[in-house]
Amino acid sequence: MKKDKYAFWKSSVVQSILASLLCIIIGLLIGYIVLLFINPSGAWGGITTILKNFFTYPSHQASLKYFGSTLVKTAPLLMCALSIQFSYKVGLFNIGAAGQYVAGAGACLFAALAWHWPWYACLLLAMLAGAIFGALSGFLKAYCNVNEVISGIMLNWIGLYAVNMLLTNVKESASPYTQNVASFNSSALMPTLGLDKLFSSNKYVTIAVPLSILIAILIWVILSKTKLGYELRATGFNKDAARYCGMKEKKNIILTLIIGGALAGIGAAFLYLSGYEQWECTQSSVPAMGFNGIAATFLGGLDPIGTIFSSYFIQHITSGGAYLDKTMYSSQISDLISSIIIYLCGFVLFFKYYMTNRINRREERAQAKAKAAAENVSDSQEGGEQ
Amino acid sequence: MDSPYAIEMLGITKKFPGIIANDDITLQLKKGEIHALLGENGAGKSTLMSVLFGLYQAEAGVIKKDGEVVSISDPNAANALGIGMVHQHFKLVECFTVLDNIIMGVEPCKGGFLQKKEARDKVVALSEKYGLMVDPDALVRDITVGMQQRTEILKMLYRENEILIFDEPTAVLTPQEIDELMQIMRNLSAEGKSILFISHKLNEIMSVADRCTVLRKGKCIGTVSIADTTKEELSRMMVGRDVELVVHKDPREPGDVILNVENMTVASKMHKNNAVKNVSFNVRSGEIVCIAGIDGNGQTELVYGLTGLEPLADGSISLCGQDITHASIRNRSVMGMSHIPEDRHKHGLVLDYSLEYNLVLQRYFEPQFVAKNGFLKKKAIRDYAVKLIDQYDVRSGQGPVTIARSMSGGNQQKAIVAREIDKDPQLLVAVQPTRGLDVGAIEYIHKQLVAQRDAGRAVLLVSLELEEVMSVPDRILVMYEGEIVGELDPKKTTVEELGLYMAGAKREAAEQ
Repeated sequence: MKKDKYAFWKSSVVQSILASLLCIIIGLLIGYIVLLFINPSGAWGGITTILKNFFTYPSHQASLKYFGSTLVKTAPLLMCALSIQFSYKVGLFNIGAAGQYVAGAGACLFAALAWHWPWYACLLLAMLAGAIFGALSGFLKAYCNVNEVISGIMLNWIGLYAVNMLLTNVKESASPYTQNVASFNSSALMPTLGLDKLFSSNKYVTIAVPLSILIAILIWVILSKTKLGYELRATGFNKDAARYCGMKEKKNIILTLIIGGALAGIGAAFLYLSGYEQWECTQSSVPAMGFNGIAATFLGGLDPIGTIFSSYFIQHITSGGAYLDKTMYSSQISDLISSIIIYLCGFVLFFKYYMTNRINRREERAQAKAKAAAENVSDSQEGGEQ
Repeated sequence: MDSPYAIEMLGITKKFPGIIANDDITLQLKKGEIHALLGENGAGKSTLMSVLFGLYQAEAGVIKKDGEVVSISDPNAANALGIGMVHQHFKLVECFTVLDNIIMGVEPCKGGFLQKKEARDKVVALSEKYGLMVDPDALVRDITVGMQQRTEILKMLYRENEILIFDEPTAVLTPQEIDELMQIMRNLSAEGKSILFISHKLNEIMSVADRCTVLRKGKCIGTVSIADTTKEELSRMMVGRDVELVVHKDPREPGDVILNVENMTVASKMHKNNAVKNVSFNVRSGEIVCIAGIDGNGQTELVYGLTGLEPLADGSISLCGQDITHASIRNRSVMGMSHIPEDRHKHGLVLDYSLEYNLVLQRYFEPQFVAKNGFLKKKAIRDYAVKLIDQYDVRSGQGPVTIARSMSGGNQQKAIVAREIDKDPQLLVAVQPTRGLDVGAIEYIHKQLVAQRDAGRAVLLVSLELEEVMSVPDRILVMYEGEIVGELDPKKTTVEELGLYMAGAKREAAEQ
C-alpha cells in the first residue's frame, strides 16, 4: 500500500502544534517591531530577555530557582486554562473563570488567615467557592437563558469587590496586602514534598505544580474516555441532539460550569497557598490570570495536554518581561509584549484552518500531476506497441 | 455563429482526493428549455453546478456560453455571464424585507443614497410578469418558505440572469407550493430563460422538464428527452438497476394497541393558539399509521409531544399500556419508543462526532457500552458500530471513525434508521424519514419500515410526500390545523380525496 505522504501534515496534532508555533513567532516579531519603535538600540536585547526569562541569571543555581518561580505561576494559569477549555468543549465560553479564580483566592486566603485552616481544607473551600460562582452562571444560562459571557463578566466584578471587602479583614495594618500566609499560618501552605530542593530551595515550589499537570491529564481522560465526557461534548456540539437522545441538557450546562469554576478556584489556591503572592485588597482590576487562561487554551490547541505546554510558555514570557531593561523601556512594556503574543495566540484556529486548506489543495495538485504522468507513460507504451 | 445552446459543459472532469466527482461529463442546456439534472446523492450534481458557478475549477473540459468558450473563475464571473442559482438552503437575510434582499449587492444608488422606489417598481413589475406573487415589503422571516423561494427567484431575475439553476427547489415545499413552482418555471422558460433543474424527484422532472441528463457515481449516463422516456427508465438510469417504486407489503391483521393518545393538546411556539388540538388516536402492533398533512399543521408539535421534546398542555399518552404522559425523553426511549427525527442535523446526529459515537447515541449509557466506573467501553462501541454499519449498509469514507458531518445525507439517514431500529423498539416514530433522499435510499427505508411492521412493531409515520402517504401505511390520519380531520384507508382512497382533507376542504364528523 502506498503511504500517504501528507498523512503526517494532515494529522490534527501536528497542525495544532505548527499553528501554535506560527502564532508565537509572529507574536514575537510584532513585539520586536514595537520595541524597535520605542528604542531601537535595546530591541534585540529586549526580545531575547523576554524569551530567556530565568536564563538571564548567569548562575545555574539562580536560574533554576527562577525556573521554579515560573512554574509556581504556571500552575494557576494552567488551571484557569483548563477551566475555560472544559467549558468550551461543552459549548460554553467561560469568561467568568477570572471571577471564579478571584472567588477561590478570597475563600482560601480567608480560611487560611481568619480561621487558620490547614491547606487541604483551604484548597477545598477555594474549589467550592469557584464552583458556586460557576454554578451561578450555569443556573442563569440553563434556566433564564442568560448568556454565560455576560453573567461571567458581571460576576468577575462582583467577585473582585466582594473579595477585596472580605480580605480587608485579614490584611496587614500598614499595607493593602493580606497577611503573609507563611508567617501567619504556615499549616495553610501547600507541602513541597522536597520539590523545593530540586529548584535551589525555591520554597514556593509545592505539590501544586505536579498536581496541576495531573489535573490536566484527568480532564483529558474525563473528556475523551468517560460517559460524562461523551454526554458533555455531545451537549456542546449539538444541544438539540443531546436533548433528543434524553440527555439532561440543563443539568449538563450547570455541571460544566461548576466543574469549570472549581478548576479556576483550585488555580487560585495553588498560587495563594504557595505563599508566592499576597492579595492586594485595593486592586481595582480583575487579575489577568483568568483572561490569560483563554489565550493558553487556544494556544494549546484546545487540548488539555497541549495546554500544559502553552500555559508554561505564556507564563514564561510574562515572567521574562519583568527582566526587561527598565532604563530603556517603561515597566508596562513587558506586559505589552506578552499581551501581543497572547493576542496572536487567539489566531491558532485560523492558522490551522488555513493550513488544512493549503495541504488539501497541494495534495489535489500533486495527485493530478501523478495521474497525468501515469497517463503519459501508458500513452507512450500503447504507441510503442502499435 | 448563433449557438442553440445557452450553456455547454463539455467533458468536465473534477477530482477530489480519493474520488472522481465528475468524470468527463457533458451537459448542454438549450436556450429556453427546462433541463433536469438527475442523480442520487453523491452522484456529482452539486460538484458539476459548483464548477459552473465558479466555486471549483475543473481539471479538464470547457464551458461554453452561446457557443463561445468562457472561463468562470469565481461566482462573480458566473453572475457576469448571467448565471444565477437558487440554493437549496436559501441565502436570505431574515430580518430584511423581501425588497432589501432582492437588491442586496446591486443596490441602485444616487449620491450614496438608496433609490428604493426605482428598485421596488422593477421588482413589482417582474413579479407580475412571471406570476411570482410576493409582498416586497414583508420581512423575510414572516413569509412562508414558498415565498422565500420566490424571493430568491426574483433575486436572479432582478439581476437579469438568463440561466437559472434550481438546486433541489422542491425539497422544502408543500405539494401546493410545488405545483406553483412548476408553473413559475414553465412561465420563466416561456419567457426565454434557460433553466437547470436539479432534482431526484422523478414526478417533478416528468411534469416540468424538456430534457434530462442523468449522472451516476460521477459519470454521465446520458441525456434523454422527457417525452420519450418513462419514470422507470429514468430511475434505472439513475440507480443502475431496477428500483421498486411501489412498496410491497402483505396484508396483516394488526394486534394489540401499542400507542394510545387521548385528547393530546400541545401549545405552539409560533402563535398563541395550540398547535395540536385535542387529538386522539392509537397505533397497534403490526401496522403502519401515517399522519399526513401539509407542513405546519401541527405534525411537528404532535411528534414533539409524543417523544417528550415538548410538554403536553393537556391529554395523555400511553405506551404498551403504561402511562408516559410525564415520562422523560430517556424513559420513553428505554420503554421502547424509537424516534427518527424530522431534522437529522438538528436532532438526529451530533455531526462532529464519529459515526460510531452517533450509532450509540441512544444507548451509550447501557452497561454493555459503559463500565461501572464511568469509562466508555470503546471496543464494545466499535464492535457494535461495525455490526450496524455492516447490517444496514451505511457507507462512509473511514467506517466507524468517519465524522458524521462528512457523510452523505442518505447515509446519515441510514445511520439514524439503523440506530433507531436496532434498539428493537415497540413503537417506531418516523418523521419524514425519506426527506431529501434519493430513490435508492427511499426504497431502502420504506422496506425497513415495512419490515418493522411485519415483525409486529407499531410504526407511526409522519409524511408530507403524497406518494409515500399512499403507498407505505395501513391507515392514514390527516391533520389539518392541529386536528385529525379524517382517517382513510390507503387502498380505498384517492390522491384527490386525500388532497381535499389535507387542504381542509373536507372533514369527517368526529368519531365516537
